[in-house]
Formats: sequence, C-alpha cells, structure tokens
Amino acid sequence: MMHKLAKDDIQSDILGQIERVSGEELNKCYQCGNCTGSCPVSFAMEIPPTKTIRMLQLGRVDDVLKANSMWLCVSCLQCYSRCPKAVSAANLFEALRQLSLRKGESHEEIKDLPFPFLKGAPQQAIVSGFRKFVS
Amino acid sequence: MKLTYYPGCTLNTVAKQFDASAKKSALELGFEMDELSEWNCCGASFPLTPDNIMGLSAPTKVLAQARKAGDTVMTLCSVCYNVLKRTNKVIRDDTDRRDVVCGFIEEDYDGSIDVLHFLEVLRDRVGFEKVKEAVKRPLEGLKAGAYYGCMLLRPFEDMGIDNCEDPTIFEDLLKALGCEPVGFPNKIECCGSHLALGKDNEEIVTKLSGNVMQSAAGSGAELIVTSCPLCQYNLDGAQEKLEASMPGYRPVPIVYFTQILGLSLGQSETELGLDTSRWDARPLLKEKGI
Ligand code: SF4
Ligand code: SF4
Repeated sequence: MMHKLAKDDIQSDILGQIERVSGEELNKCYQCGNCTGSCPVSFAMEIPPTKTIRMLQLGRVDDVLKANSMWLCVSCLQCYSRCPKAVSAANLFEALRQLSLRKGESHEEIKDLPFPFLKGAPQQAIVSGFRKFVS
Repeated sequence: MKLTYYPGCTLNTVAKQFDASAKKSALELGFEMDELSEWNCCGASFPLTPDNIMGLSAPTKVLAQARKAGDTVMTLCSVCYNVLKRTNKVIRDDTDRRDVVCGFIEEDYDGSIDVLHFLEVLRDRVGFEKVKEAVKRPLEGLKAGAYYGCMLLRPFEDMGIDNCEDPTIFEDLLKALGCEPVGFPNKIECCGSHLALGKDNEEIVTKLSGNVMQSAAGSGAELIVTSCPLCQYNLDGAQEKLEASMPGYRPVPIVYFTQILGLSLGQSETELGLDTSRWDARPLLKEKGI
C-alpha cells in the first residue's frame, strides 16, 4: 500500500502531545528492532513496538490508537533496557493509554471483574490494573 | 540494627506469610524491621510518563513519612521497591516535579532517603557469609529456581540492585542457604504482570508465566523463589492451566525467598505459611529430607 507522507501528518498536534506526555523523542528510533525482539508480548500485538514507533514517525496515529498493542504492553521495560538509543516503547504505550483514558474511555469496567479475582488477587494486581485500564 | 520497613498493601493482606517470614528471619540475623506507623499504598505501578505527576503523590507520601523515621526505608515486594526507588530519584533530581508533588501532599521532602530491598540488606549489610553462618538447617539438594521478573531489576540506571541481564543476587543467597541454585533462561522475563486483570488477557498471562515455568522446570528447578506476590499469583495460576492442558506437566511450588530463608534458619513449615501455598512444597522438602 502506498502511503503519502504529508507534512501535516508528521507535525500534527497529536504527535506533539504523544511526545510531550511520554517524554520520548520519536525520531531517535532508528528501527533496529531490538524492542520487538525483546518484547514478551509482541507475538500478540497487532502492531509490535518497532512498527508502532515507525508508524508514529510517519504520523499514522489513528492506526496505532486502534491497535491492541498499548493494552497488551506489560510495562516490563525489556524494550527500553535493550534499546541502543534509549527510546522507551513502554513510555510511548503508557502515553497512548493515557490519551485514551483521559478522554474517559476505560479499557476495562470495574463492574465486569469476576468476584474470585477481586477476592483472591494480590492488591497490587488490582491497583496497577486500574491504573493501566480504568479512566 | 533497626530498619524502617514499608510492607505495602499486598504484604498486609494476601501475602502475610512473606511479611511474617521476613520479620522473624531478620531478628535471627540481627536486625529489626520497624514498620512505619502510618502508610498508604505506593500506587503499585511507577508512572512511566513524566507528565503523570499525580502518580508520584502516593509514593512520595510514603517516602516523606519514612524520612521522618530515619534515612533508609526497606521493602520486600519488588513492585513497592521499584515504585519507591524510582519516585525517590525523581523527587531528588527534578525540583520542578518535586515542588508540585510536595505542595500537593503538603510534605517537605527532598529525596534524601535510601530505598533498600531486603535482599540488598542481606547482601550488603548483613553479608551472605553471615547468613550462611546462621543457617541451622542447610537446604541440601534442593534445586531452587531464582526468578527475578522485571521490577526488581529494571530500569538498571534507577534500580541498580544487580546486573539487569544476568543477575545473581538470588542465586548467591540460595547458595548461602545450602540450596543448589538454578538460573534459567527466562529468569528476568515478565510473568504477565497487571494483565492478571482484564477479560481477554488470561491466555497471554498463561503463555508468559507458562514460558517462565517451562524454562525453569526444563533447567531442573524443583521449586521457584520470588520476591513479588503478583509473580507468584500469575505463576500459580498458569500452572493450573498447564497441568490441565499438558500431559505430564508437574506443577512446581512458588515460594517467597524469605520462606526459604526462614526454613533454613529453623522456622517451622506452618510458621512460615508453607501450608498455605497453592502448590504445596512440603512433600518435596520431605523427599529431600529437609
Ligand atoms: S530498540 Fe530502540 S532504536 Fe531499536 S527499534 Fe526499538 S525503539 Fe527503535
Ligand atoms: S514494556 Fe511493553 S513494549 Fe516494552 S518489552 Fe515490555 S511489553 Fe513490550
């Protein structure tokens, strides 16, 4: 598929917002692929970390926001740990989640959580899960 | 030696055996864990985006509280350790964010505390040699898998407890207790973490935790030690699925490192809460004559 690179796409407000919220500079990434190679959940991501960053560099924010990737990232920091350019895909995924959550769109509903989970899971699972998934 | 101790929510509830076994072992090793008189949850995940200043307020409150009691604070849970240590660095180095957070929580705190993990205290203050001397019941022949997960180690420049690609602090402790430590390829990989919550994530957690378990069992581990209640929960759960779906898979007990420490120091299995684990370690210990 041909993708037309337009100045408006790669300098959009939303890209600026993603960089500001995440604290990451998208153009630092030179696409070596270490992050995807190290990521334990890349196998299940519709757009793996390296490709997510490339698509953001090209301004394709909508596609990235529609993918399941940000909701699957476990924040394990293997990507950042092994990135030769000190880019954190983890921070970018967190920023993408926050952009969505801050609009009031929760990814999980508290009322849907099964009772055995609430009763038996460690508190830290519930608290961190809320932080990642609930607006 | 008396050390200010922050337990965090999980050690106060579903992981009481982690807390109790550590407190008792500490006394036997010559130090006292002095629990903070007032504390709150650390937030259970460090806010990765620098723009999320609100996420720093809960852990900063804990740090400020601890600073009033002394110049160090010790934790047991890997996640509390990660959140407190990383937050402390932000508050110390970034005066802008410090001013906002401290103004909001109405505390005057500058990041001047040292955040320690119990493992570090054993290695750097007590010394593994001293631990070895205190062992009453060497755990000979027990092949214990050292599982680190993520939060204890990463990011290296903030955590710094050990080499983040090939850590050995668990293995070194296990050796001191007389065990045969088993390092395995997935020892620093994620268990699935907060994906424990969520309707569609079960398969992924099972896969991630399952990879860890198969890597450990394939390397000969008969038992796994961890310092994270969420790792334990995910590994325990994944083994239920593996047992049901993989003919011949034998679940392995997942225990806190302080339970194994306490065992070697002579505490009883019931005292250590080993009778409450999802996968019982007692038959294995009996088989080994421990
Ligand atoms: S590891 Fe770093 S430089 Fe390499 S593709 Fe990933 S983000 Fe880009
Ligand atoms: S932090 Fe997220 S993107 Fe990075 S390796 Fe872990 S799961 Fe993959």
